[in-house]
Amino acid sequence: MDTRELYQDIILDHGRHPRNFRALAHPTHTAQGHNPLCGDRVTVYLELDGDTIKDLSFEGRGCAISTASASLMTEVLKGKSVAAAEELFKDFHARVTGHEHPEKHPSHGLEDDLERLDPLTGVKAYPARVKCATLAWHAFEAALKDGNVTVKTE
Amino acid sequence: MSAANLQANTAKPGFDPRRIKRDFPIFANNPGLVFLDSAASAQKPAAVIDRVSDFYRTDYANVHRGVYRLSARSSELYEGARETARKFLNAASSDEIVFVRGATEAINLVAYSWGMNFLKPGDEVLVTELEHHANIVPWQLIRERTGLKLVAAPIDASGGLDLAAFERMLSKKTKLVAVTQLANATGALLPIEAIIRLAHQAGAKVLIDGCQAAPRLSVDVRALDCDFYVFSGHKTYGPTGIGVLYAKKAILESMPPFQGGGDMIEQVTFEKTTFQHPPHRFEAGTPDISGAIGLARALDYIDDLGRDAILAHEEHLTFYGVDRLSKIPGVRLVNAGQNRLGILSLDVQGIHPHDLATILDQHKVAVRAGHHCAQPLMDRLGLSGTTRASLGIYNDESDIDALAEALVQARKIFG
Repeated sequence: MDTRELYQDIILDHGRHPRNFRALAHPTHTAQGHNPLCGDRVTVYLELDGDTIKDLSFEGRGCAISTASASLMTEVLKGKSVAAAEELFKDFHARVTGHEHPEKHPSHGLEDDLERLDPLTGVKAYPARVKCATLAWHAFEAALKDGNVTVKTE
Repeated sequence: MSAANLQANTAKPGFDPRRIKRDFPIFANNPGLVFLDSAASAQKPAAVIDRVSDFYRTDYANVHRGVYRLSARSSELYEGARETARKFLNAASSDEIVFVRGATEAINLVAYSWGMNFLKPGDEVLVTELEHHANIVPWQLIRERTGLKLVAAPIDASGGLDLAAFERMLSKKTKLVAVTQLANATGALLPIEAIIRLAHQAGAKVLIDGCQAAPRLSVDVRALDCDFYVFSGHKTYGPTGIGVLYAKKAILESMPPFQGGGDMIEQVTFEKTTFQHPPHRFEAGTPDISGAIGLARALDYIDDLGRDAILAHEEHLTFYGVDRLSKIPGVRLVNAGQNRLGILSLDVQGIHPHDLATILDQHKVAVRAGHHCAQPLMDRLGLSGTTRASLGIYNDESDIDALAEALVQARKIFG
């Protein structure tokens, strides 16, 4: 695989200019993600309104892949229900780890969102980099579950 | 004079990285591989691989136990490996050579056996900001139980050890100075002769972490007069799982066992056990026999090439690398003091080390990215990590050129 397929323009753009890169004033949930392998850290801030993700943001330092993944995540999850967000993470995780079921086609109305995340799936050819693409997502999940915690990739 | 003769005269006699590369099967099996990660672990020459295999095929049995001749032969080879390691370090006696799993275990052995027994509350262990985690964490682990104080001498603006600050930090409280000879994250060479002299004047013992130095420099523990010297076999072109702890005989004799088991005892009853003399006191259980024998072959291989020739090669290639890489726009070499050897740590503008290493890998250039198990140093330098190219006996200018070209390509992608 050519590195340009991994480092597509959308990844480079979100890596350089991450969206929603800030702390929330009144988060209902936060969590830290930490990759001890490279020292990358990300903090995810989440504001829930009932069952809806009203706002989502992140801060931290990381490589282009982890920054772009966090940035895209905040974009696609904002406004979603918690259940839809969890469904999306499940499918996204299966895609980046190369464990996608070949016959299973998602039919939950999230196909467009998965399409947006597609540039990140290039990491499946680079096992050492899968953790970069999933760090913010794991932090998001931990924030949902436990409110205020630190998760590690290993 | 013919052109061929001219070329023969300008080449360093007997040291040809391209010929050496052919001794390492990994390169034939991975065509085009540009291996610049020897500081993490060096590749193995066929001589070492074959030695381990031959030993298992022809001479293997457990050591120090069997009455039969095969076991005696195996024991002889194992103890012969100890003698080879003694010569490699120019130790006074092979009784001063303890085989361990690697430098990490060696430092832990010193911490748990010597440190736990001789360090008292308020005593200081003085390290530097250039240390690998393996020379920080063991001292922290015994800190609570001994009450020792761990202090770190700073680096100066050039990235080398601030020797004046180091000297000021020495006091009667300093019981051990534990320093690296060559910093794994940046390639900074430390003035260990001065460090050892100053430490001894203050009454402290000295441990030298020789992981990066042993494969690159001649080491003479008697001339250095260090109390402990440790290195890992896998970084000296030997097998994984084997390493060496050197310690002065009188110190080793004063140290209690690190682990208990077979082979380290004189007599065992349920009431009382008496222990073997060093080095066997510290080698409980069946040791890594083939590892020690493979390591000895690696050390012989290094000696055959010539330690001075290896140093000249590493110096030449380091100089070439600094010159070549520092000319690339956006590429900065991380400071490594006045003397840099064998390791080129890079900070590339606008590219995270892990992104860079992935792109370099696409160009078959294998480097290490991250904090290099030296997080305190990275914090001190204000970096989250670096991209590290490290040199070995099989590298030549073409490897540096390949790295340089790949760096230019990476800069284009992230431009």
